[in-house]
Amino acid sequence: MKYTVALAQISPKLGTLAGNLPVHLQAIEKAIQAGADLVVFPELSLTGYLLQDLVSDIAINPYQAPILKPLLEKCRGIACIFGFVEVSSRFNYYNAAAYVADGEIKHIHRKLYLPTYGMFDEMRFFALGENLRTFHTPFGEMGLLICEDLWHPSTIFLHAQDGARAVLTISASPGRGAREEDLLQSSESWINLLKATAQFYTIYNIYVNRVGFEDGAHFPGGSMVVNPSGEIVAQGRYFEEDLVVVPLDLEEVRRARLFAPVLRDERLDLTIRELARIINKRNQS
Amino acid sequence: MKLNCELVAKICGSFIRDELGKAGFSRVVVGLSGGIDSAVACYLSAQALGPENVWALLLPYKTSSPESLADAQKVVDQLQVKYEVIEITGMVDGYFSAQPPANMLRRGNAMARARMIVLFDKSMEHSALVLGTSNKTELLLGYGTLYGDMASAINPIGDLYKTDIFQLARFLRIPEAILQKKPTADLWEGQSDEAELGFTYAEVDELLHELIDNRVSQEKLVERGFKDSFVQKIVRKIQGSQFKRRSPVICKMSPRTVTHDFHYLRDWGL
Repeated sequence: MKYTVALAQISPKLGTLAGNLPVHLQAIEKAIQAGADLVVFPELSLTGYLLQDLVSDIAINPYQAPILKPLLEKCRGIACIFGFVEVSSRFNYYNAAAYVADGEIKHIHRKLYLPTYGMFDEMRFFALGENLRTFHTPFGEMGLLICEDLWHPSTIFLHAQDGARAVLTISASPGRGAREEDLLQSSESWINLLKATAQFYTIYNIYVNRVGFEDGAHFPGGSMVVNPSGEIVAQGRYFEEDLVVVPLDLEEVRRARLFAPVLRDERLDLTIRELARIINKRNQS
Repeated sequence: MKLNCELVAKICGSFIRDELGKAGFSRVVVGLSGGIDSAVACYLSAQALGPENVWALLLPYKTSSPESLADAQKVVDQLQVKYEVIEITGMVDGYFSAQPPANMLRRGNAMARARMIVLFDKSMEHSALVLGTSNKTELLLGYGTLYGDMASAINPIGDLYKTDIFQLARFLRIPEAILQKKPTADLWEGQSDEAELGFTYAEVDELLHELIDNRVSQEKLVERGFKDSFVQKIVRKIQGSQFKRRSPVICKMSPRTVTHDFHYLRDWGL
């Protein structure tokens, strides 16, 4: 079966839901025209990334926010993943992403790993997500991750073990390192990570990174789809807005798992036993 | 330290367009000294915005080398950017004429600040933003005048070391005369950056790259062959000039203080 995803590589404006909403609606319309089943936006696509003290002002309860209505309405016949700041009933703020289909929110992922080092300061402003769940789509189970989540391979491991055929990672990853390589060092790292994990877990890796600048930091884009054999099948431009439309093929998943049945052979009981032992050891030291 | 010049030029160009456009501007003003940094900044902005959107300001003082002015003129001629020559001698001498004799450092600072006054005034006249031309080496060593040449609205080259600027300048094909001459602040006759600092840019950039970017420890760097006294000298320079890289210190009173816990980007609302 075929399933087509559109990677919406946009440049969100900082701190304005009203400013970013039309950008989403236009991209969804384009994706519909291109025959996509799912359109994927980058991390914090509705709000911009370096929000700092704006976090609480721009946070929404997605099930009640009137501003989301046009976006949800637009998602009929096409599904959509977008990034936003979620406020919970306990007034925790999460760096979150929602999967919308049939005009309603079907799944929310709250970022699990909040980078707080170097140029990043997320844990100061956001609460940690606590759960990792796959969700159902016409392509089968999928998993959602936000940027730094993927730098902890346990996340994609769990998604794959939970049945995901595709893992979607949305990011606002700033470009760094322009020395000798052809690409930015940071873009090179993403390619390595996405190719390796797709191959390790025989899943599709779908990656959407934003473009644009915030206070001089740039986001280089380079969104991509890596197939379950670890090959890049489509890639967005670097530094420019783009909409990349890519058909996924379930047959690719089947073939990859035939040649490398690593997923079948995974020993969860061994892993959990050893993890329990390691945790125990750490608690004793 | 090799630089991917094509990539860097592309990012700098997007940076200028993006940060300018968001703030509602389409033009920059840039002070052209005749040196390599301002030439590179001018080339990047002319490429990014078109020469008609770049106002170059040539701001000589009476003791400035005529060669500097001629080299700045080469940049203007080659790029066909708009330009104006404004002597700052009257501004600077006007102030010092009523003062007891001041040393060269004070006079040099005053020249840098007089140029800043002209640049910011002209930026208003032309509805433009002031383009910064301080490089990473200068910023880290504090080799610049606070509120003088360090003042700008956006700076495309502030994360590039001087030796990176040399490579980028070649890539951008800036005039050979500028590439060949020794870097100088040109605040007095015969001044040379490297003579004044006491080391070459090649030496200090390699050290800064290891210390700052790669976070290699000082001990390790001495082990690897950097002279201990050189490492100490540079670390002192970096620490001693931290004030130039930060906003003035504000005495905290309230729960939310502008420089302490009022966290918004400059791009807020743009």
